[in-house]
Amino acid sequence: MGCDAVAAEVHPYLDDQLEPDRVGRIQEHLRGCAACTQLYERQRAMNSVIRQHAHYYTAPKHLARSIRSNLRTLAEAERPRRRNAWGWFASGAAFASAATLAVSLSLLQPGPRGGGLEQELIAAHVRSLMANHLTDVASSDQHTVKPWFSGKLDMSPPVTDLTAEGYPLVGGRLDYLDQRAVVALVYRHNQHPINLFVWPGDAAATPLLARQGYNLVRWSQGGMTFAAVSDLNPADLQDFQKLIARSAP
Amino acid sequence: MTEQARVRRFEQLAVPHLDAAYNLARWLTRNDADADDVVQEAFLRAFRFLDGFRGGSERAWLLTIVRHTCYSWLQQNRPAEVVAGYDLEAGDLDAASLDPSFRPPLAGPDPEIALLHQADEDLLNEMIAELPPQFREVVILRELEDLSYKEIAEIAAIPIGTVMSRLARARKALQRAWARRRTEEARHGV
Repeated sequence: MGCDAVAAEVHPYLDDQLEPDRVGRIQEHLRGCAACTQLYERQRAMNSVIRQHAHYYTAPKHLARSIRSNLRTLAEAERPRRRNAWGWFASGAAFASAATLAVSLSLLQPGPRGGGLEQELIAAHVRSLMANHLTDVASSDQHTVKPWFSGKLDMSPPVTDLTAEGYPLVGGRLDYLDQRAVVALVYRHNQHPINLFVWPGDAAATPLLARQGYNLVRWSQGGMTFAAVSDLNPADLQDFQKLIARSAP
Repeated sequence: MTEQARVRRFEQLAVPHLDAAYNLARWLTRNDADADDVVQEAFLRAFRFLDGFRGGSERAWLLTIVRHTCYSWLQQNRPAEVVAGYDLEAGDLDAASLDPSFRPPLAGPDPEIALLHQADEDLLNEMIAELPPQFREVVILRELEDLSYKEIAEIAAIPIGTVMSRLARARKALQRAWARRRTEEARHGV
């Protein structure tokens, strides 16, 4: 592999978007070529500067409210039109076009359904994001978060800050799942919030599953059940699971 | 599905990605109030298209609609920003403004990297904002949303190879401009 070919692929290489055999060939070249290594190192440094310092504009609070009220207005406005379309379809109009048929059928398809608890966990995660109610106690200090729960629950959850590992603790709150109050610890990884639900009791572990755009993993250890939910990619969520499993008793 | 259930389903699906939507719109419009308008419009469009959503990444689906709404808005309100005055697919982005006397050293510890890390956030953000939108968006989607080339290709409706070349050129331009500024400042003792 020559320097030009390496230069052409240094970005997908940095972004982890190359096939393993290409990765091997680039690494082999970099070991023997100071100029390409310098190019690679500079670009890598720049990428990390961008990631750390480019501004992430979070949506202003009023925006979610405006969107919700827009949607309700729109839904109200669309209701009569839809009913008419259905009435027309139900009357058995012989000239229903294929397109109309396809649209109507798509309305009949149920969304993905899951086990009750999994569904509840996802719903709790979504709720925490929508209601702007991620944390009751906002602190990255495990010695603040842990005692906060002791006064409110019949258990003391393991609380570990994982800032050094790239998963800073954001805070905690009480949530309600499976007809009991549970601990919800909130972590963050690259802008993605993670809810870690903890409650006493052993339950069979479920392997990582994806639902409604979220990933979920559940396991038990030391007499506690843990469930992590996030829109993080599966690999990072499993990484997070390993870190928690290692730090908890 | 009742309209109420549709609204609920949409909220569950889309509202968690509101920050991602706003961030992309804010970077493309470069203005708070405009980003606000564009995101509201995009969410209404997305709600209308909800039945057409066939699974996959909700975030990518929503960002596709947000991006499309941004470009429609830019075409209407600031067409000059979208029509690029140079070839989008070839050459270095800032070739003309590069300092020809600048040559990287070939061996030893690289002083440029140390300089790179002396971050001046305002300057960096200005430099990104000055990239043409077609380059700005790939940088934002890759570095801030951590999306794969494939996802970015789908959102921006371009081939994966184009994602790769635009990202490479945008980063190279940023890295050179950034390094030049840092080197100048170091030389003048700023």
